[in-house]
Amino acid sequence: MPGARWPSIDLGDLWAYRSLLLLLVWRDIKSRYSQTVLGAGWAVLQPVLPMAVFSLVFGRFARIPSEGIPYPVFSLAALVLWSYFSSALSGASNSLILNRNLLTKVYFPRLVIPGAPVLAALVDFAIAFGVLLLVLLLYGLVPQAASIVLIPILVLLVSLAAMGAGSWLAALSVQYRDVRHLNPFLVQIWMFASPIVYPLSLVPEGYRWLYSLNPMAGVITAFRGLLLGTPLPTPAQLALSAVGAVGMFLAGTLYFRHAERVFADVA
Amino acid sequence: MTSPTSIRVEGIGKQYRIGARRARPTTLREAVARAAMAPLHNLRELREAGSTNGTSGSNLFWALQDVSFEVTEGEVLGIVGKNGAGKSTLLRILSRITLPTTGRAVVRGRIGSLLEIGTGFHPELSGRDNIYLNGAILGMERSYIARKFDEIVEFAEVAQFLDTAVKYYSSGMYLRLAFAVAAHLRSEILLVDEVLAVGDAEFQNKCLAKMMEVASEGRPVLFVSHNLNAIQRMCPRAILLEGGRLVADGKTGEVLQRYLVRTPEAPVPGEWLDTAGLQRSGTREVYVEAVQYRSDREQLGWQPYPDGPLELRLALVSDRKRTIGSLGISLSDEDGTVLVSADTIFLGVVTPLDQGSNVLAIRIESLHLAPGVYHLTVWVRGPLGRLVFDRVESAFVLQVTDPHPAISTAPAQGATTCRFELLHFNGRDRMSSTERKQPGKGV
Repeated sequence: MPGARWPSIDLGDLWAYRSLLLLLVWRDIKSRYSQTVLGAGWAVLQPVLPMAVFSLVFGRFARIPSEGIPYPVFSLAALVLWSYFSSALSGASNSLILNRNLLTKVYFPRLVIPGAPVLAALVDFAIAFGVLLLVLLLYGLVPQAASIVLIPILVLLVSLAAMGAGSWLAALSVQYRDVRHLNPFLVQIWMFASPIVYPLSLVPEGYRWLYSLNPMAGVITAFRGLLLGTPLPTPAQLALSAVGAVGMFLAGTLYFRHAERVFADVA
Repeated sequence: MTSPTSIRVEGIGKQYRIGARRARPTTLREAVARAAMAPLHNLRELREAGSTNGTSGSNLFWALQDVSFEVTEGEVLGIVGKNGAGKSTLLRILSRITLPTTGRAVVRGRIGSLLEIGTGFHPELSGRDNIYLNGAILGMERSYIARKFDEIVEFAEVAQFLDTAVKYYSSGMYLRLAFAVAAHLRSEILLVDEVLAVGDAEFQNKCLAKMMEVASEGRPVLFVSHNLNAIQRMCPRAILLEGGRLVADGKTGEVLQRYLVRTPEAPVPGEWLDTAGLQRSGTREVYVEAVQYRSDREQLGWQPYPDGPLELRLALVSDRKRTIGSLGISLSDEDGTVLVSADTIFLGVVTPLDQGSNVLAIRIESLHLAPGVYHLTVWVRGPLGRLVFDRVESAFVLQVTDPHPAISTAPAQGATTCRFELLHFNGRDRMSSTERKQPGKGV
């Protein structure tokens, strides 16, 4: 069998097709809100609507502790980052099915396809993040100075995790269409497995190391801590989450590269 | 051949899995049991979908098997074969879309492939945006598209609608835009699948001319088409695929002849072709039982050639002694346009027939058709030329061969030929001849 060994990511090939990647990103951005009334307003509503619901259900009714911060801000900060992760993840995992006409008609490095929605979702994140900063201002909260350096790193970790999990799911979905139906549940379960509606401190101490293997656990806690002044994760917890994100990226993209040889035949 | 090799294909094979259909359940009990077991069954089936080393070897098939050939620099190679012969699979392997199961292809240079036009067009984006997007998907650089942008727009004739989303385009505009981008694809090697089949004739010619431009720059072109005339005009060399195997490789004229001989509708000159089983209309009071054709040159295998004679023998069966007013044939191109016809009604004679078999011949003194492949239609009508006794549409295909393949190099020589000569005049005659021309505008 030609090339039966596990492949590498082949960065050179990706670099040669960088203009295609950028065009696909730009196509995603441009077409996402065309023929909508609210346009980019959806980028804001994506975290704001669940915030309203969670504030009522978890903040008001269930009285989940929020580290002394008003519950709406507490959840919004996490939801802004989570919205980026979830739209990047679902965009990437549906990407191959949506673009299967490309798979059978032209050659280009296949990783470009799940990569484009991950990058395109950054635009929505930037808009939502801007709104979040305004809300902080309204509540008189001042982010820590280190945010300028650390937040881009956190966003990068989220992108890596989303790309890894997304390309793994995308590769699976070519062969098993079940993935598409499974996706919404996966995103929802993952959300409740991350410290979004509750703080990390609510997780029993003995299980925190396991919990931190979820890349979103350490990253969201750090993100919220930098912006709202809530307790930061321990370096070990953050490191564990970073390892989780990078590991997820490598495992997902390499699985994708391994599976891509048959994409054109089964898509 | 001394020019360097651009593509070397060595024993390529491609195996696909075809899903075997299971028998439908016949009872409710069976249906319920089957539904309950479905996930397990589906899982096994989907797991095997991509691999070709599964357990059930019975539903594997070879789309391509042991295909080898070479293409040198600047060569235009035609690929012919029936549907399912493996032509598209071959192009997909060469353009790296899919991997071969066996063998390998060594390609020198960047490949641009046109397996479809308008790949990646996004309905929500404007014509302008789609030109860039489609161009990038086909592998063009942004700066190159920017340089060719005006040319592409002009070619597509959509200048007014550049900023309109393409979902509002008419299908004609959509196709023209897609073609225009495709036609400007420049790469070191160009692979073209049956993309020309969709456009109108004028547009097809524009695209063929663009492809010849690429070829004339010394870049190899591989061209798949069912349009045998286009193949004959464009490609000096062709390969023939049949059931996934390469069965002929050589001069286009010879390969096409082999291809046609292997199709049942293309009889060899001088042999009777039984028309039973062909599509026909008419009362069948008289019917065409068999047809045979030939020209006059043995060295061309009795094949017709441009400006040469064509004799068609027709075996007719009549139910009684009678006369017919019209016995005719026509030759049309692949698009169904009738190019020439010969009908006895124009001779102003009625033809007597005996009961049972009769053999008649229509002899065309000189057939003014360019080399190519033509469809023959034959008909018999009643004494007044109205009642159709029998009409066999596209009874068979025949090839008009090129008697001087070495001389005719230019493509697009036209479908028909004419006899012409060159006259020399005295220089002084010029004035008087222009004066004579004045009343009517000659073309």
